[in-house]
Amino acid sequence: MITETVVDLSRWQFAITALYHFLFVPLTLGMTFILAIMESVYVMTGKQVYQDMVRFWGKLFGINFALGVTTGLTMEFQFGTNWAYYSHYVGDVFGAPLAIEGLMAFFLESTFVGLFFFGWERLSKQAHLLVTWLMAIGTNLSALWILIANGWMQNPVGSEFSYETMRMEMVDFAAVLFNPVAQVKFVHTVSAGYVCGAMFVMGISAWYILKKRDLAFAQRSFAIAAAFGFAAILSTIVLGDESGYEAGDVQKMKLAAIEAEWETHPAPAGFNLIAFPDQETGTNGLEVKIPWALGLIATRSLTEEVKGINDLVEANTQRIRNGMQAYGILLKLRQKTATEAEKAQFDTLKADLGYGLLLKRYTPNVSDATEEQIKLAAKGTVPWVAPLFWTFRIMVASGFFMLMVFGLAFYYSAQKTAWHKPWLLRLAFYSIPLPWIAIETGWFVAEIGRQPWAIGEVLPTFLGTSTLTEWDLIGSITGFVLFYTLLLVAEMYLMVKFARIGPASLHTGRYHGEHADGGHAGAVFADKLNDHV
Amino acid sequence: MIFDYETFKVIWWVLVGVLFIGFALTDGFDMGVGALLRYVGRNDVERRVAINAIAPHWDGNQVWLILAAGAIFAAWPITFGAAFSMMYWGLVLTLFSLFFRPVGFDYRSKIADPRWRNTWDWGLVASGVIPPLVIGVAFGNLFLGVPFQFDEFLRVDGTARLFGLFHPFAVLAGLVSLLMFTMQGATYLMMRTDAEVYARSRKAAQFTALGVFVTFALAGVWLWAGIDGYAITQEPPHDSLPNPVAKTVVPMAGAWLANYVAFPPAMLLPALGLLGALGAFLLARANRAVLAFVCSSLAVAGVILTAGVSLFPFVMPSSTNPNHSLTLWDSSSSHLTLAVMFWAAIIFVPIILFYTFWCYKQLWGKITVKFIRDNDHAVY
Ligand code: HDD
Ligand code: HEM
Ligand code: HEM
Repeated sequence: MITETVVDLSRWQFAITALYHFLFVPLTLGMTFILAIMESVYVMTGKQVYQDMVRFWGKLFGINFALGVTTGLTMEFQFGTNWAYYSHYVGDVFGAPLAIEGLMAFFLESTFVGLFFFGWERLSKQAHLLVTWLMAIGTNLSALWILIANGWMQNPVGSEFSYETMRMEMVDFAAVLFNPVAQVKFVHTVSAGYVCGAMFVMGISAWYILKKRDLAFAQRSFAIAAAFGFAAILSTIVLGDESGYEAGDVQKMKLAAIEAEWETHPAPAGFNLIAFPDQETGTNGLEVKIPWALGLIATRSLTEEVKGINDLVEANTQRIRNGMQAYGILLKLRQKTATEAEKAQFDTLKADLGYGLLLKRYTPNVSDATEEQIKLAAKGTVPWVAPLFWTFRIMVASGFFMLMVFGLAFYYSAQKTAWHKPWLLRLAFYSIPLPWIAIETGWFVAEIGRQPWAIGEVLPTFLGTSTLTEWDLIGSITGFVLFYTLLLVAEMYLMVKFARIGPASLHTGRYHGEHADGGHAGAVFADKLNDHV
Repeated sequence: MIFDYETFKVIWWVLVGVLFIGFALTDGFDMGVGALLRYVGRNDVERRVAINAIAPHWDGNQVWLILAAGAIFAAWPITFGAAFSMMYWGLVLTLFSLFFRPVGFDYRSKIADPRWRNTWDWGLVASGVIPPLVIGVAFGNLFLGVPFQFDEFLRVDGTARLFGLFHPFAVLAGLVSLLMFTMQGATYLMMRTDAEVYARSRKAAQFTALGVFVTFALAGVWLWAGIDGYAITQEPPHDSLPNPVAKTVVPMAGAWLANYVAFPPAMLLPALGLLGALGAFLLARANRAVLAFVCSSLAVAGVILTAGVSLFPFVMPSSTNPNHSLTLWDSSSSHLTLAVMFWAAIIFVPIILFYTFWCYKQLWGKITVKFIRDNDHAVY
């Protein structure tokens, strides 16, 4: 029996495991690229310190990568285990990019990641560089394909509902591939990953410089990360703006909710810098507005209006009524009792079938829904305004703050004076969590803003679940949370440990504290262990 | 689209089979090494020998599993949902055990504390035993029929069970699978190690190869004598739009062997499974590591193909309402999706095979205790 609790728990499980996966993904995306850049410099200049950089940052990358793979596995299986009806209903379209991701990206990154770590002695410099680049390309291709899949969920182009098979079917693969939402999502998300990798390397390098350790190593790492990060944050912000524009185009409700824009205002609309949205009454307490800004962001014009939530709900009410009709005909089509005229009518109405399905939450028969239920369903098309409003602002604020950090770091490291500015180094170090904050809130905006839809205007989230019991879900969520927490503790422990030891962990004899502290003692201990049967 | 719909449906049945075989051959030996870890490695450095024999490759190999899941999602979406949700706890358990691998391999050697390393060792053992066992049990259940049906909108209706899955036949199938993966791991280790680790792997290879031979033969006899199959008595044309509730299916004794009666050359597949296992046993005895591995791989392919061909055209029979069983004819994706994915596979599978082989070639050679000691900080 699928109850509201089962739906909520399924969503929680997905949200927890996805957000968790995305703690590691962005660092992988950024680090592989930075490693490839560093190694290119190594091959071009032949300076040993650059190879040490690749190997040391590579070690930290490996610690992160392991959990990226671990948590990614869950994501792949979870559509089948927890979203069985979703899998049936949209697998024809959604499954293809996922499978192609495996063919084109996962094999590439996973095969070459092994060679990256173990191939130093066996490969020529150039061949190893090629391996590193292929690994970086693999991770980025993986992001491309999964975001094509996710972009389709936001904006389901290139597909049509078929009543014979009772599912969405692909009719135009190119449209799915070149979905504008997927394109902007891809560039925004991978840029966010680059920001993440850059901040990580820059922050830790800043710490070494503050401690006056391994300066040649740390300053070079800092400079590369600052330059790369500055380019990445610019691209993230510009392309984030592009995401807003796309949302204004195809996901009007999401945009209106992000902006807490209840009423349609005359163009050009103002941007709410601060507001306290009230979902019940559909109004905001206290608003601080920047005139014109929203209109500019969402429509790129001063004359087009941005539709407010209340008007969108009104429009959705009509679509729900159409959807009820479509649903009624669908029943007959399934029982093969529909007339030709009804079949033709279904084709005109089927774009609104999804809206009809929204009523399933209130009545199993849909066609007999009362006015009251239609109202409820229409109101249900508004996502959760206040959290969206605020998380979006957290992302944007982190973005501009990081723009400043990278801007300063880039400027002063180009001047070669960054190393003498402890405030800047401290700022870089304490900014390490910011990319993660921006990224997790970003996904929250994108995914909560899509609700109540799993597939925009096609399949309501609550219909997508598997036939599971509450206890199945409670059991698995508990397992995931416990397991993931343990793994995260192990990961953080190692990450901090190796970041603290620094490049000395390579045991080359060239770095800080190699003869004084733990490094070699550990090795001796390991030998003892080996002899101990 | 070069092929008609019916042909594409068959092609995807073959391709899913290829992916499963790819998984069992490659990730199979990784899991086998995991399962044998505490046996072949009596101390830390020996275990590191075993781990480093697969360390650079296991992640790429695991993608065969990921891709098999992804391909089922894309090629048979309704099966993906029905199978994975009805076997919920099997999948969740498999996932949990798989979690140990990325971290087990990478984190284990980073700290030299024996408790730390032992913990990850046992995690790796679990990740080498549980997935093959569960996958085998799941396959066993396909032969028995899974209790599910569809409602009018094709939503799966049934309950995900854990213990119901453990019918004795399914347990036997699980054992076949476990032994098979372990045999693959043991013969692989024979190729890549020397000294004590080699000697123990050789023993394990002989034991597991015999085990595969016996359990696989037993499963065949049981299937023939004691398990009712399913047979389609009436169905829509194979090229029609997929509709999994439009056919008539009846349980029938001996139905799982019908394909061999109809097409006797298919008997070569179970023969390959049996002879491969026998060959692996004899060649392991004769210290012919590479050939033993080849035979073991042939046996694995033979066993998987046997299962597929026996079930054909079913992919997941329903015991609750046999008419709702899923077959490759009525659970496939649309013609266009199958075609798009076909092209993706045709282009990328050869490329993948090419660089995978290149990768093995670069890193081939025996992993020795000395090698581990010399590279203490660079290897796992
Ligand atoms: C924008 C990028 C992105 C997004 C949105 C996702 N992933 Fe991911 N995934 C990656 C980017 C990535 C990656 C960067 O390629 C990872 C992370 C670390 C890694 O090892 O590869 C990865 C690993 C990874 C793996 C392990 C691959 C391997 O063994 O190498 C799987 C199976 C998935 N992911 C599956 C998914 C699914 C089903 C997702 C959606 C629900 C998903 N990922 C969201
Ligand atoms: C890894 C980055 C991602 C994060 C952090 C993320 C986060 C989230 C969050 C917070 C939700 C909302 C949960 C809720 O409604 O309560 C959600 C829902 C969902 N997301 Fe994503 N998501 C990510 C990527 C994706 C991708 C790439 C896909 C598809 C390819 C996807 C598919 C879904 C589905 C099917 C749901 C519906 C289930 C639900 O509403 O809970 N997600 N995700
Ligand atoms: C400062 C200006 C920024 C703007 C205007 C902006 C805008 C947006 C918008 C509108 C979305 C939702 C897209 C959708 O729902 O389809 C989004 C999502 C997201 N943002 Fe941002 N963003 C900014 C900065 C950042 C930064 C600095 C990061 C991380 C470093 C980031 C990471 C993300 C991620 C990971 C998502 C989810 C994936 C996606 O939907 O593209 N954003 N952003």
